[in-house]
Amino acid sequence: MSATSTPVTTTPPVTPPPVAAAARARKKLTRPWASLAALILAVLWTLPTFGLLVSSFRPQRDIRTSGWWTAFTDPQFTLDNYRQVLGTEQGSGLGAYFVNSFIITIPAVIIPVTLAALAAYAFAWIKFPGRDILFVAVFALQIVPIQVTLIPLLTLYVDADLKGFWPIWLSHSAFGLPLAVFLLHNFMKEVPAGLLEAARIDGAGHVAIFFRVLLPLLTPALAAFGIFQFLWVWNDLLVALTFAGGGTEVAPITRALADLSGTRGTAWHLLSAGAFVAIIVPVIVFLAAQRYFVRGLLAGSVKG
Amino acid sequence: MFDVADTTAAKVTQMFAAIIMFVAVVGVILFVAGLAKGRRSDRVVAYAYLAPTLLMVLVGLIYPGLRTIYQSFFDAAGDAFIGLGNYQTIFSETDQLTVLRNTFFWVLVTPFVATAVGLLYAVLIDRARLESFAKALIFLPMAISFVGASIIWRFMYEYRPNQGNVKQIGLVNQILVWLGGEPQQWLVNSPLNTFLLIIVMIWIQAGFAMTVLSAAIKAIPDDIVEAARLDGVTAFGMFRFVTLPSIRPSVVVVLSTIAIATLKVFDIVRTMTGGQFNTSVVANEFYSQSFRSDNQGLGAALAVLLFVMVIPIVVYNIRTLRASEAR
Repeated sequence: MSATSTPVTTTPPVTPPPVAAAARARKKLTRPWASLAALILAVLWTLPTFGLLVSSFRPQRDIRTSGWWTAFTDPQFTLDNYRQVLGTEQGSGLGAYFVNSFIITIPAVIIPVTLAALAAYAFAWIKFPGRDILFVAVFALQIVPIQVTLIPLLTLYVDADLKGFWPIWLSHSAFGLPLAVFLLHNFMKEVPAGLLEAARIDGAGHVAIFFRVLLPLLTPALAAFGIFQFLWVWNDLLVALTFAGGGTEVAPITRALADLSGTRGTAWHLLSAGAFVAIIVPVIVFLAAQRYFVRGLLAGSVKG
Repeated sequence: MFDVADTTAAKVTQMFAAIIMFVAVVGVILFVAGLAKGRRSDRVVAYAYLAPTLLMVLVGLIYPGLRTIYQSFFDAAGDAFIGLGNYQTIFSETDQLTVLRNTFFWVLVTPFVATAVGLLYAVLIDRARLESFAKALIFLPMAISFVGASIIWRFMYEYRPNQGNVKQIGLVNQILVWLGGEPQQWLVNSPLNTFLLIIVMIWIQAGFAMTVLSAAIKAIPDDIVEAARLDGVTAFGMFRFVTLPSIRPSVVVVLSTIAIATLKVFDIVRTMTGGQFNTSVVANEFYSQSFRSDNQGLGAALAVLLFVMVIPIVVYNIRTLRASEAR
């Protein structure tokens, strides 16, 4: 807080009516210095991404010899970097890995969401022996770091001769389940019991109740977890490193990008374009479904 | 079906086949559950619905977890029982002690700074014009992978030798040069480099803190704020005596969530320095020992250590939440 702002904050109140006080409280936070501080933070947070984005459109020679900020005084832009990083001839062929990311992510979202919805229904609306202890057990598994599971899982997959995408699909599904069950259970509990009771009196069984009553109400919750899982799987590196191998058959784009960063760490024309090819999908998903994401975030962490 | 696909068409086919297979399995479960009749039918339905989830967490999390704990008492090849030998190595070898020190820095600095920045920003933009746009700017790094974020920041820290007409291409060094300083090889100098890597994690996590805390601030009842305002509380007093106590449970959740996420992150270290120049952390060391050095025992012990470090944070989190609910 600067010296100029102090007088404003210490002005004694002239006993205004409550409504005016609330309005004033609101106004205070939009004062210039608050806006300025917010602006500085926003710029600090945006600049790193912006710099690499600008670079990804600059000619290779320019990236190597001058900073991206000079692009504003001497603008020269090209799509060559993207062409080179995606293409297979003399490029890095990120295109195939980009496809792999989709192939990995789609089932790795669908499977845990579906299974968790079934399990959450059982936990939330059916009484059976051992319910509470099982729920706590599944809930507690959220804290297990996946590092603990990798080597034994790898052995299991090799023994079972599971190859290709299967180990990755199954691993991501198992890792996502505890959070999914927990989130969906929280949402399901909020559905009024009367609604289910009415359906039951009408003669609906569990399957009918699940599909006709709960599923439509749960769409926001399913979307919330779906986005979490999508971002987590798309952005994952550890699972991909452990189970995917380095070739174009299975490895996702994060892995290809990490390898590119390791082998050609100073080829910024490739790295900048490659990074944005990898970033663009989750950013679009994220912006399009921000509302659900925030809801899931709050359900998962504020309630605890 | 279970072969490795190598063309895009084959991959897409395999994906849809897998999804159809999965849908069929779920269909069978629903069908079987629907057949259940009689007094105990509820039980049958419950267990049928739970079966796939329980099976997956049993095989995918519980068994491998226990197996890793067991493995952590064996030597590099996994043959000879060596008791606590691996743990002894972690707590006595110089390299491993550096790893522990770095992990300590990460877990100490990241949650507090990220939460402080997120809270500050949430307070600053609360009810401001363009609030949702302002939030999206801070929020966006959360959608970016750790690998992507690491590349973005490695470019920020990029170094060019200070000679002749070589120009800096990394912003941090350029600013230093503009201010009349010498460009630095930021990622090489220990222990500063560890903190520069921590900045990347803070950059990613501040958006999470901001989102949760902003929602918590908005949940503070208006009459409390008004009462304080009528009492002539200063802006700082408002924050210290009204806002902060009201959102305390959320702050604890945010701190612990970020701390746990920080413990597990290895992508940043791996992508930015590969663990060189004394920057390795437990999660990265686990990967190097398990997959590069082929030291299965030590790798397992590091994974277990990671697990053990998470537990007190979770316990603290649960206890604080219980206490705040009891009040």
